[in-house]
Amino acid sequence: MAEANCLVTNDWICGEYLRTRAQELTDATLQHIGITAVSVLLGIVVAFPLALLVRARPRLAGPVLALTTLLYTIPSLAMFSLLLPLFGLSSALVVTGLVLYALTILVRGVLAGLAAVPAETREAARGMGYGPGRLLWEVELPLALPALMAGIRMATVSTIALTTVGSLVGRGGLGNLIEDALPTFFKAQVLTAAVLCVLLAVAADLLLLGLQRLLTPWNRPPRPARRRTAAVRPGEGG
Amino acid sequence: MGVLTDAWTWLATGAHWTGEDGVGHRLAEHLYVSGAALLLASAVALPLGLWLGHLGRGGTLAVNISNAGRAVPVFAVLALFMVSPLRNAGYLPTVIALVLFAIPPLLTHAYVGVREVDRAVVEAARGMGMSGGQLFRAVELPLARPMLMTGLRSAAVQVVATATLAAMVGLGGLGRIITAGFNTYDTPQVVAGAVLVAALALLVEGALVAADRLGGRLFGRAGGRAGSRAGSRAGRRTGDRDAPQQDNGNG
Repeated sequence: MAEANCLVTNDWICGEYLRTRAQELTDATLQHIGITAVSVLLGIVVAFPLALLVRARPRLAGPVLALTTLLYTIPSLAMFSLLLPLFGLSSALVVTGLVLYALTILVRGVLAGLAAVPAETREAARGMGYGPGRLLWEVELPLALPALMAGIRMATVSTIALTTVGSLVGRGGLGNLIEDALPTFFKAQVLTAAVLCVLLAVAADLLLLGLQRLLTPWNRPPRPARRRTAAVRPGEGG
Repeated sequence: MGVLTDAWTWLATGAHWTGEDGVGHRLAEHLYVSGAALLLASAVALPLGLWLGHLGRGGTLAVNISNAGRAVPVFAVLALFMVSPLRNAGYLPTVIALVLFAIPPLLTHAYVGVREVDRAVVEAARGMGMSGGQLFRAVELPLARPMLMTGLRSAAVQVVATATLAAMVGLGGLGRIITAGFNTYDTPQVVAGAVLVAALALLVEGALVAADRLGGRLFGRAGGRAGSRAGSRAGRRTGDRDAPQQDNGNG
């Protein structure tokens, strides 16, 4: 009884809201994750060849970086509105806008990662007879991973936040819930959606950090060795 | 193409520029809110960032604040304010949300700017008998200036871009032209509003780059020339590297 009342009294935190609208919350979260994932993946697919092109033709670096930075300056509300005549009220509109934003971060991330590969390593691989493709895939890419993943993490977190603005055209995931709750000042829904957004960003960041650790085992501190010395020491002392 | 010509017609119509919902009034609101937020954020973040940088402490704090700032959707923050009692406080909710959003880049850039000053230069200044305050004023601040300006620029563009979102919670500013167009299914108005907002963001970016260059020239003459040149070169380098950290973040 007291719990059911929190919807009536419009409390910030309301268990009854979570229970009765679980389906709605799940759907919105899934839409949010879907839009973010597709945008970041498409961003990587576009950014990677673009970065390779810039690296192969340094003369293009200026224009490409300037263009992606320029895109980043355009406010999201304006970006989505400008794409409106092209896509109509669709998810493609939101995804396209988000991909354009992610490009700035991702292109720079890939370039910074590749630039961080030591020249000697590259030379050594070439001396061992590695072709350009094998050099990229087996030597440069693994060594570029930390900077690359940093870029992907940054792009993912800001894309999750930006997705909410997609509610302008009804494709904003959790942003939709916020927009729906505004006219009636429905506090529980606004707070829940906002908190879920932040949790989603934190979870995605940690997940990507875990993935990075998994992909770059050589960067991990040598834990077993440390444990061994720790185990030895008491024996020595005693 | 038809939409673009319609949007142009909308922009060229004088009646759309005057009155309560006109471009002029919305632009004034937009600049007022952005300016107030930027000033407040600078007043909080710059002294703190410079001081932490001078002490050489709080690096993790600066970086974490910057990362956390990226994860928080401004639209959600604004909406939270709008369902709280603050909704009756006029532009206060928008300004607070924007201040919260502008603090991370300002703080991080100020901190990093001071921290990245060549340690050898700092040691030399100490060896010459400079006090902490003198060292800060004569060495660290001038050399950190380019980085500081990068932070200010990214914060300003971010704030101007994000102020657009105020319209999504029913407040004023240029974004209102876009949302008003959405509500009346007036696509030309939506596109016209978007063009105006994008143009303002680009204009602010351009104006700040110009002001930065001009300031660099003036300060370059006032301070040690070689030092300031080295500093600005370093700043440009770090500025480039840090550019991805910029966030127009209108999330």
